[in-house]
Amino acid sequence: MKNSETQKTCRRFYGHGIPNIKPEDIAGKLIVVEGADGSGRSTQIARLVEWLETTGHATVQVGLKRSTLVSSELEKAQNGNILSRTTLSLFYATDFADQLENIILPALKAGFIVLADRYIYTLMARDIVRGMDEKWLKNLYGIAPEPDAVFYLSVEPEELVQRNLSKNATLDYWESGMDLGLSRDVFDCFLKYQTAMQDTFLKLQKTYGFNIIDANRPMDSITKELRKKIGALLDEE
Amino acid sequence: MKTFAELNFPGRLIAVEGLDGSGKSTQIYLLKRWLEAEGIKVYFSEWNSSELVKSATSKGKKRELLTPTTFSLIHATDFADRYERHLVPLLRAGYIVLCDRYVFTAFARDVTRGCPPEWVRGLYSFAAQPDLTMFFKTDLEVSLNRILEGRPKLKFFEAGMDLHLSTDPYESFRIFQGRILEQYVAMSGEFDFVVMDANQHVEKQQVLVRKLVAEKLDLKKFKRRSPLPLPPSFRPEDKMKENEEDLAAV
Repeated sequence: MKNSETQKTCRRFYGHGIPNIKPEDIAGKLIVVEGADGSGRSTQIARLVEWLETTGHATVQVGLKRSTLVSSELEKAQNGNILSRTTLSLFYATDFADQLENIILPALKAGFIVLADRYIYTLMARDIVRGMDEKWLKNLYGIAPEPDAVFYLSVEPEELVQRNLSKNATLDYWESGMDLGLSRDVFDCFLKYQTAMQDTFLKLQKTYGFNIIDANRPMDSITKELRKKIGALLDEE
Repeated sequence: MKTFAELNFPGRLIAVEGLDGSGKSTQIYLLKRWLEAEGIKVYFSEWNSSELVKSATSKGKKRELLTPTTFSLIHATDFADRYERHLVPLLRAGYIVLCDRYVFTAFARDVTRGCPPEWVRGLYSFAAQPDLTMFFKTDLEVSLNRILEGRPKLKFFEAGMDLHLSTDPYESFRIFQGRILEQYVAMSGEFDFVVMDANQHVEKQQVLVRKLVAEKLDLKKFKRRSPLPLPPSFRPEDKMKENEEDLAAV
């Protein structure tokens, strides 16, 4: 299209955004892949990067707990399990904001495709499951730009158990929500927690309208579906 | 915003606010010494002092990594950590908690840095209002002189250099502090600040501070049940009982 330059999609922030950043300065595309550990998120993102780069798109990847500012402190805090809810929530928000301002927004301005391995929805869902106030969270994450597409890789908790155990031979403390004390047994806890997370994601879906991808299927067919949807998004320009 | 008293906490929280160089830290320190001497359960908490978050904050400040948003969030994290792990349990246990700076510091600073006021207030909406907030108000020149005389090298964020107000740190500091002062004054009424004339002598101010606290709080209620109980093995009567049992065993 000839006048595609002038037809930039009008990007929005969920709230007030970031001081001194105008939404119209943001070109690029922000694509988010959400899902539990074992849902195939990382594999799918790696495949998407491969595909996008070979077809001539510049990409950047971000994810949770990867900021220069606080990632190591956050890791330490989590290992000790010494932080209370609000504190942990704000610590994660700091980590997100640091990547948002230093990586996501500059890359989008430069016209890159940013692939986010989890985004604010995971952070919100984790907190909602832990009883935090949704209004408070909504205000907190008013700094986040609305992505161009969000894919939630939905896998049945029973299947997640199988995948996590076959990969690590153990279930992760936080991915099992052990801090919630739903059960003393990590296996039961994992199932309960992942079910609650899934329910919360479905609830959030109603507000944020993301694509729910049935990720109980083989990897290749998921990749195919993702490519098709992202391809359509890129063709719009 | 409800106070801790209104929320039926047995403890009470007293906060001091004001510009750097307003003398508020000296005043709250002297208040603490007095309360301790009176045998009152008292705990002191300082802005930006949570052990865990501190290393991230100082890294961010040293390397000038912070933006207004992350500056705000990391201080909120620090506050939340102290609030949830120290302030709330102590207040539930009937302590008088003294805070050198409270959420109002964030309200003033972060808004001056360009964060929207509703957003910043929303972040801190989990925190209750202090039962007494003393705002140490100086003429801008007085606090500037106190700081600039004693500590000639200004830190980057302290001087508000991230706001690009001036390339000269001293000039930047002046403008920045002036704007923060405006924010404090603007919220004085909204949050029931007791405005203290911080141009006065230290001793005179402290007399007023102690009077104010004594009027506001029924201090008897916060006394320690003296003295602290000794661990069991040090109690003489237990020792004797043990000996008796030993003898009986023989």
